[in-house]
Amino acid sequence: MRNIPVQVIIQTVKNLCIEAACNLPEDVEELIKANQAREESRFGKYIFEQMIENIRLAREENQAMCQDTGIAVVYLEVGQDVHITGGSLVDAVNEGVRQGYTQGYLRKSVVIDPVFNRKNTGDNTPAVIHTEIVPGDKLKIMVVPKGAGSENMGALKMLKPSDGLDGVKDFILKTVREAGGNPCPPVIVGVGIGGTMEKATLLAKKALTRKAGTPHPDEKYAALEKELLEKINEMGIGPQGLGGKITALAVHIETYPTHIATLPVTVNLNCHASRHREAIL
Amino acid sequence: MDQVKKVTTPLTKEKIAHLKAGDSVLLTGVIYTGRDAAHKNLVNALKEGKELPVDLKDQIIYYVGPTPAKPGQVIGSCGPTTSGRMDAYAPALIGLGLRGMIGKGPRNEKVIAAMKEHGAVYFAAIGGAGALIARSVKKAEIVAYPELGPEAIYRLEVEDFPCIVAIDSEGNNLYESY
Repeated sequence: MRNIPVQVIIQTVKNLCIEAACNLPEDVEELIKANQAREESRFGKYIFEQMIENIRLAREENQAMCQDTGIAVVYLEVGQDVHITGGSLVDAVNEGVRQGYTQGYLRKSVVIDPVFNRKNTGDNTPAVIHTEIVPGDKLKIMVVPKGAGSENMGALKMLKPSDGLDGVKDFILKTVREAGGNPCPPVIVGVGIGGTMEKATLLAKKALTRKAGTPHPDEKYAALEKELLEKINEMGIGPQGLGGKITALAVHIETYPTHIATLPVTVNLNCHASRHREAIL
Repeated sequence: MDQVKKVTTPLTKEKIAHLKAGDSVLLTGVIYTGRDAAHKNLVNALKEGKELPVDLKDQIIYYVGPTPAKPGQVIGSCGPTTSGRMDAYAPALIGLGLRGMIGKGPRNEKVIAAMKEHGAVYFAAIGGAGALIARSVKKAEIVAYPELGPEAIYRLEVEDFPCIVAIDSEGNNLYESY
């Protein structure tokens, strides 16, 4: 067993929250820059320029690139030979979020109860934590601040197996079209297919953190990602929904085996500020 | 971008008559912030016949909830939030003489009808460009609902705040192009 004290986890989560909010991953920035030259609309070109300047400013000044610094989604991959010492793992993650959002001057956007008490918790806790037990003696922590502008435009559909590939494509395209200019396009389209309701949704969200623009390892899904991206970029929604060629930067699909009687599909959209940072302890 | 129009606040019906969907604009002057919770409070106050904490006639509301200012900063990152969530409240405020709104994303038919009827304009700012937009804010003070934190109403003094006329007072609408 390898001991990891909660103090180290708190400090790491705190730093990841600030880093994620202020310093867009380089792969996402590269993909934005690669698409800039392909945009032809007048507003689209202008918006790309401003986005890239904003990314630079935020990084240089260690300031949040977007004021919606999100609800903190935290993925934990806990090695089965790790022993957390000095307190609870969940408490440590939340304390890290509390310190990161307070000391990093990030916006606190979490309310106590979704229906009956929409009062701000004041420190952006609790985080949404997904924990996986994996082989080994390491602890991997990824912090993904998720803004609501893009989160609100996602959708889940329990398709019938007979809906097949066409049903999957139609649902993904319909979701992106209906989202229109709301989720701050150009977006990254995360898709989860298979498993169960919650598995498909988790896959869709996880898909957003894949290295931006890298294809699915299975060539059939890689081709599907490419086809969907082309169709989305023919919609004309464009940067910020003001018209243009580049509505999406990438489509990332993740899959899982499923039940004989079902075909779940979830679409989770991310704005161009596809923020995430990770550390391995 | 070519042909940027410089506009000073407060707006008037005459000023906005010259603003057309597709115009690039640099705004200078006072604007007020307001998003979900502040809109709910404003419209509830109206229903109860109470006086609003801010006189909205000829003013602009910017849909934003900024990050906290660091020491030495006027304001934190402050890009626009999704305007559609304010659609339920906006017509009532436009009826009071609210002349402009700044946000991102499309508006519904009721909002556009109210804009045409009373004379109001909707500007799009660049979502996600929070650090950049903060540079055009020269002064910020809370004027209502401080208990709402980032959702409080701020009075902002802006200089050359960059935005685009997305829907004009005749109902011409950039979001209708797809």
